[in-house]
Amino acid sequence: MRATVLVRPKTGILDPQGQAVTSSLRKLGFDVGEARVGRLIDLNVDATAPDAARAEVERMCERLLANPLVESYEIELGEGS
Amino acid sequence: MTTLAPRVAVVVFPGSQDDRDAAWALGALGAEPVFVWHAEAELPDVGAVVLPGGFSYGDYLRAGAIARFAPAMDAVRRFADDGGPVFGICNGFQILCEAGLLPGVLRPNETLSFVCRDVRVQVEHAAAPFTSRCEQGQELTIPVKHGEGAYYAPPEVLVRLEANEQILLRYAPDDNPNGSMADIAGVRNAAGNVLGLMPHPEHAVDPLLGSADGGLILASLVDAARDRVFAASV
Repeated sequence: MRATVLVRPKTGILDPQGQAVTSSLRKLGFDVGEARVGRLIDLNVDATAPDAARAEVERMCERLLANPLVESYEIELGEGS
Repeated sequence: MTTLAPRVAVVVFPGSQDDRDAAWALGALGAEPVFVWHAEAELPDVGAVVLPGGFSYGDYLRAGAIARFAPAMDAVRRFADDGGPVFGICNGFQILCEAGLLPGVLRPNETLSFVCRDVRVQVEHAAAPFTSRCEQGQELTIPVKHGEGAYYAPPEVLVRLEANEQILLRYAPDDNPNGSMADIAGVRNAAGNVLGLMPHPEHAVDPLLGSADGGLILASLVDAARDRVFAASV
């Protein structure tokens, strides 16, 4: 099963990358609010049942893919590989 | 092995950069440095452990996030649990945080710039095993060189760190190079035997390098290593 993990800096955590992107966009004339920069990880997991796949990817997030102190994550599951 | 020159492990990860400088400085300060490859499951018989600076595993994902799973880190954790002094410098600090041996995390510098210069840090507490050769309130000049050095801990953790005297070194108030919370440069664990520090004392052990102040911290560690080796031998 295919899984996509979105990792984001938590609300309230200083995100200097997001600030740099925000100010660059504004300099280019775009009228934007605050931009936040995170990370996207595409994975294929062996599990075929969505619940099992989600549980497996959650373990990956907790152990390695995100630092729960400063990052939140979101898991999207998709068919195929 | 003599107790006069205690052995101190320097763990080498792929991408470690300051391992040889750390070993050189430890040697100059009276220790016998021993390199330990990250894939080793056991530490040799040593009195202290240094996790050096650099970019272990290319800093991929987050600085220190992958290095914490190296087999040598299990051995370092056992050594720390046994009360052994463990000192993480820069990337070593990041690894200790990711491994949960120290609270908090190092975030990208506020300015997003890699910062490489001397900073002034203040010794908050003078005590073994890391600052026994310093005086409380002493100001040390030691270089930093990092892109991810802004210490962050949740507010309730920060309160605990202050109360437990775990903030061992702070940047001088006008010399915080990275946006670190509460000007934190170095944090120790609750037991006091694990320290992470962003500045690089191994680059400041001789006046010819601009400062010898870093030698006070490393010499304190060497003293502690000698004490531990001696205690184990009697």
